[in-house]
Amino acid sequence: MYKYILKRLLLAIPTLFGAAVLVFLLLRMVPGDVCEVRLAGSGLYADPAEIELCREQLGLNEPMLAQFWAFISGYFTWDLGNSMWTGKPITYEIGLRFQLSLQVAIMATLVAIAIAIPLGIISAVKQDTWIDYVVRAFSIAGIAIPSFWLGIMIILGLLISTQYFFGDPWMPPIDYVSPFEDPWRNMSQLIWPAVATGYRYSAVATRMTRSALLEVLREDYVRTARSKGLMERVIINRHALKNALLPVVTIIAIEFAFLIGGLVVTEQVFNLNGLGKLFVEAVDAQDFNLTQQLVMLVVLIFVLTNLVVDIFYAWLDPRIRYS
Amino acid sequence: MSTPQATIEFEDIELPKKPFLARLWDLSKRQPLGAFGLIVVIGMVLMAVFANVVSPYHPERADFVNMLAAPNADYWLGTDAFGRDILTRIIYGARTALFVGFACAFVGATGGLVLGVASAFFGGIFDLIVQRIVDVIMAFPLIILALAVVATLGTGTENVIIAITIPFIPQCARVVRSNALAIREIPYVDAARALGFSDTRIILRHMVPNVMAPYLIMLTAFVGQAILLEASLSYLGMGVQEPTPAWGLMLQGGAEEFAESAPWVPIFPGLAITLAVFGFNLFGDAVRDLLDPKLRNR
Repeated sequence: MYKYILKRLLLAIPTLFGAAVLVFLLLRMVPGDVCEVRLAGSGLYADPAEIELCREQLGLNEPMLAQFWAFISGYFTWDLGNSMWTGKPITYEIGLRFQLSLQVAIMATLVAIAIAIPLGIISAVKQDTWIDYVVRAFSIAGIAIPSFWLGIMIILGLLISTQYFFGDPWMPPIDYVSPFEDPWRNMSQLIWPAVATGYRYSAVATRMTRSALLEVLREDYVRTARSKGLMERVIINRHALKNALLPVVTIIAIEFAFLIGGLVVTEQVFNLNGLGKLFVEAVDAQDFNLTQQLVMLVVLIFVLTNLVVDIFYAWLDPRIRYS
Repeated sequence: MSTPQATIEFEDIELPKKPFLARLWDLSKRQPLGAFGLIVVIGMVLMAVFANVVSPYHPERADFVNMLAAPNADYWLGTDAFGRDILTRIIYGARTALFVGFACAFVGATGGLVLGVASAFFGGIFDLIVQRIVDVIMAFPLIILALAVVATLGTGTENVIIAITIPFIPQCARVVRSNALAIREIPYVDAARALGFSDTRIILRHMVPNVMAPYLIMLTAFVGQAILLEASLSYLGMGVQEPTPAWGLMLQGGAEEFAESAPWVPIFPGLAITLAVFGFNLFGDAVRDLLDPKLRNR
């Protein structure tokens, strides 16, 4: 087992390195850089000497290989560098927003689980009835509705309904407070993006629950349980569900890894100062350092989540052994 | 003594030839959701093709007297902040959405098909390198990669298509490769090789036709995804640019500010996106069920 984990960790290195090369090259293919955006961004005249000085200071005039080495060597010295736009350390910029994004991601996952598993079970048990069709339509709609539009609709719904019932339109608070400081205020801000993202995210998990459960319900041991005269409820809960949930766990975890990236659009709608918004800002300002580190963070989360899922899988299902 | 031989005259078996509409009715009974999806898809295609006939106004015609007008007899779905008819822009937006959707899905799935089959067929070092590249690209969330590509190439319809296509290729390549690996082991590929056929011929005539099912499944699934991704990019201001009518773009900027005073501005384009993606997804699911009976209950 330890050997397997070690092997997987080693295999992650080429993936991370490849991602680093890809993002590094992609960014440098862009015409212009952060100095041009900063000094001449709004169409103003900029002194070429000043731009040159700025590039010199940020190390943008160094040869490509030297810049790449500076990027990679940062991981060995635990120094991720500074944002080219604000000049503050990247760890500071990310740390400021990580908590918010992580909280929304976790809440969205909980919303997704709360929707997906009950609906998936109902859909499988009542296969090919109208209930099944309604659930399936509901979950496909979850993939079809753009989460940013759902966000706009939620805000609109809140405005209209609070206006109607209380006479005063109410909007979720804009500024973030830690849930440990003021849990009520924190929730009233973050529950809406969590619902908008969670519904979308539940769609795949609902379908996975349904299909996995349908497959398990055809197994011999379920027939045995039925022929023993067990109640259907017991068969589903005790015999079928435990085995059916394995692939569901996987899909939920993998989607969680992608959620950090998926928040890019939702954070824009709800005006949340999270990692997704930071990413869009970094791309806009052509802040190479910050964009690189954010992409690497997302890729790292993805790789690690995959590893954890595989290990968790073996723990849940003793039949699986890794060699 | 001769044994009586049971012979079946194939000509005797008359396959029931039903008219098209009756077959469509059969389909809708077996795949009610899929049939609904097909109707939405056909409706959308017709709307896009005949946009200049069915839409009441020109998509860029601004009526400054009727800015942010509520839905009325002249403007069925109201007007936006520039006094442009929302219905017209939704109809023309279908052109943009379909163009981007089909272009990305076709190029992405076909690129994945070529790469996946080649990777499975040649194996060895080529396969290893291709798979590592696929790993790297698939470690990026779709929207992040698309945003990075748009940042590189700039905005605009063509660049959005490229940005959406690039993440699609490895997705399809991975699925096609796993199918093609199974096919490579089937003796007829060995037989073809023993007959001295060229690699190109074996790939194109023997392997590609047998991975058509996963290819078509991925292709139909991609259309809806591409439409949604284009809308997201346009919403972020990094996709299709004004004055091209595009649904995501209609939700950008003004839509949120005017949400309370002019809710028709954000509501209708969002409904259009939802309905279109919903239709393509339902249709894609039905295609998958028909092509791959093993997956029928998934």
